[in-house]
Order: sequence, then C-alpha cells, then structure tokens
Amino acid sequence: MLEVINLECIRGDRRLFSELNFDLSAGELLHLHGHNGSGKTTLLRSICGLITPTEGEVRWQGENVRRQRDEFARELVYIGHKNAIKADLTGTENLRIACQLDGVPVSEKQAWDALERLGLRGHEDLPVRVLSQGQKKRVALARLLLSRSPLWILDEPFTALDKAAVSYLQTVIQEHVDTGGMVMLTTHQEVALTRGQVKQLGLGWKRDGDV
Amino acid sequence: MFEIVRTIVIRDLTLAMRRRSDVMTTLFFFVIVVSLFPLGIGPELDTLRMIAPGVFWVAALLASMLALEKLFAADFEDGTLEQMLLAPQPVFVLVMAKVFAHWLITGVPLVLLSPLLGLQYDLAVETLGVLLLSLLLGTPTLSLIGAIGAALTLGLRGGGVLVSLLVLPLYIPVLIFGSGAVEANVSGLGETGHLLMLGAILLLALVAAPVATSAALRISAE
Repeated sequence: MLEVINLECIRGDRRLFSELNFDLSAGELLHLHGHNGSGKTTLLRSICGLITPTEGEVRWQGENVRRQRDEFARELVYIGHKNAIKADLTGTENLRIACQLDGVPVSEKQAWDALERLGLRGHEDLPVRVLSQGQKKRVALARLLLSRSPLWILDEPFTALDKAAVSYLQTVIQEHVDTGGMVMLTTHQEVALTRGQVKQLGLGWKRDGDV
Repeated sequence: MFEIVRTIVIRDLTLAMRRRSDVMTTLFFFVIVVSLFPLGIGPELDTLRMIAPGVFWVAALLASMLALEKLFAADFEDGTLEQMLLAPQPVFVLVMAKVFAHWLITGVPLVLLSPLLGLQYDLAVETLGVLLLSLLLGTPTLSLIGAIGAALTLGLRGGGVLVSLLVLPLYIPVLIFGSGAVEANVSGLGETGHLLMLGAILLLALVAAPVATSAALRISAE
C-alpha cells in the first residue's frame, strides 16, 4: 500500500501543494487532475523519490520510501513526460535495456512480442529516431507489458497516442488494476478508464470557467 | 549487479559506435594539439624532449574536459537518467558503469595513440612506455573526477565553462604526477614513485568519485 502523509512541496517561492494526504491500495486506480502548472508532475516525481518534498513523507508498505530506495524502486514503474528511450537504438534494444534497468531482464523474443502487441510490427529493429512521436511513446509504454512491478506511476500516458493505442493502453491498465496492481496517472484526455470506479484527486484552486 | 553494469557499458559503447563523430572529436583534438607543438617550435630535439611530458598531459586534460559535457547530458535530456535513478540498484554502481564506458570511448584511444605521437618529440622507446603507462593510470582518474563536475553542472546554462572551473583545479595532482613520471624517466631519476602516486590517486577517486557523482546527479535531476 502506498500512503502519502502530509506532503508539501514548494518550488522556488510557490507552494504547489501542502497537507496532502491520500493512500492507494492494491487494485486501485488513482486519477490525478488539475490545471496546467498545478503540480501534478511534481507530485508524481516526489512520490517516486526524484524530488525531495519540503514536508511530509511517502510510505510504501508502511515504511518511508527514502529509507528503502532500492526495494521501492523494484516495485515501481515510472513513465514520465520524457520517454527515456535512446534515439540511436532500436525499439527492442531500448526495451531490453529499460527492462534490465527495472531489474526484469527480458529475452529478445519477449521484447519483439511486446512491441508487436503495441502495434509496432515491422518497426522493431529500426532506430527509434525515425519513428513518429506516437510510436516513440509506444516504445516507452511497452515496458508496462513486461513489468512485474505492482505500482505504476504514469504521467500523461495517453499523449501523442492514436485512438486504438489509447483504448489498448486502457485495457492494459485496467487489467493491471484488476489483478491487484496500483496505478496512479494524470491525463487531460477524456478516457473511459477515468470515469469508472476510480479515486480522484484534484490539485490547484482554479474555479470552473477560468482559463 | 554485474548484469546491469554490463548492460550500461554495452549500451554506451553501441551508442558511441552509432555516433562516431562525437568520439572522434576528442581524439582529433588530442592528436592535433599534440602535433602542433613540434610544428610550432621547430626541430630542436632537446626542447621537444623537455616539453613533451607537459604537452601530452595538458592535452590529455583538455581532451578529457571536452568529452565531459556529453557524459550525462544525453541521458538527462531524454529521461534515461531519471530511470537510472529509479533503478533498483545503488546509483553509484550505474555511475561507475557510465564512467567506465566513457573512459573506454574517450580515454583509451588517446592512451593507445600517445606512443605514436611521442615519436614526434624524439622520446626514447622506454620513455614512450612510461608515457603510455602514466596516461593509462591517469586518464581514468580524469574521467572519475570529471564526472562529479559534469553531474553538478547538468542542465545549467553555460555548464561547459563552469565544469572547467570546477574540475581543472582537481586535475592538478594528476597533471603533476603524470608529467612528473615522464620527466623523471627522461632525466634518469626513475618513474616508479610518480606512477605509484598516480595509482594511489586513481584508487582514491575510484572510491570517492562515484558516490559524490550520484549525490550530485540526484540534486541535478530534481
């Protein structure tokens, strides 16, 4: 179980959020929303441990994540705005390296299969440089298909994807949640996934109608 | 843990092979700087023999400096660095792997080429051996120390200049003992002491630099 206790984050002289409390148990999906600049990415990054929060703590299975960095890292997949793929490497090379970094080595065959399931058949051994934005995103997301980590933190996973990929990704996420995984994601797109039985968390203080 | 080191080293070597121009820049810089001196000074063998150790080592220092910018910059840009910080391995292990790969790409070619370049300075065969050995012991230290500076200045504007200011002073001991070893051999004093010092500095850097670098990377990635 992931618990966020009294979390506060100040960037520069702006307080992005404070006294933030929530938790996420197995089989739950949390949809984080808020306007641009409300601190969604900062919150996700502080939960991962990439940013030190000003106040408060994040606990995984009851213990502060900063005291169990390696253990927490093994249970976590974070996919951020940056795709974390190398333009000069092929899709399969990228995927295998990413999985190795996650601590889940995969075979060449598994990597090919994962990319094929994400609709990249025929592009597996091209340098990622020649792929489109959406295809690059698919290469990055292919990690999810091979991951064994229970906690997925996804920052805008649907951007640049086409309709078919969005709906496929939703089934992947839904399946993960149904099998006892935890997912925390942000998205500005209207997707069926975030309309169901999910936890909602809003950041920011703008009223309706404000731009 | 060994697997992950292997993966990162192979990845960085593959990337370097696919972008050979980046690797060549450092090497050509070293070759050209070292070759300009004999051309500029003229065929006075005594002078050349005298300046050779200093020229080689200063050129090696600057070449290593030049290569530093690329050590973490690409990983930082494309988000791979974040993923490395979130990997279930201690970050200093990953840093060691990256620095080792970086040294293989930018340091080793320079070390191997130095005896050939040394011929321009009329160095004796034995001295060429000492030059090679001193560079072999010294250049990994340069990469290790440089990594701290590269990590600290990651994502900063004008980071290149700042990195020189941070790192060059720390390079001085390596410069002194490195060129000292070659000089000592030329003058017949025996190079063992200097080489042992270079080895000691390398060991110290090997222990301290990766830890300092990973701390700096965590700060820069925030």
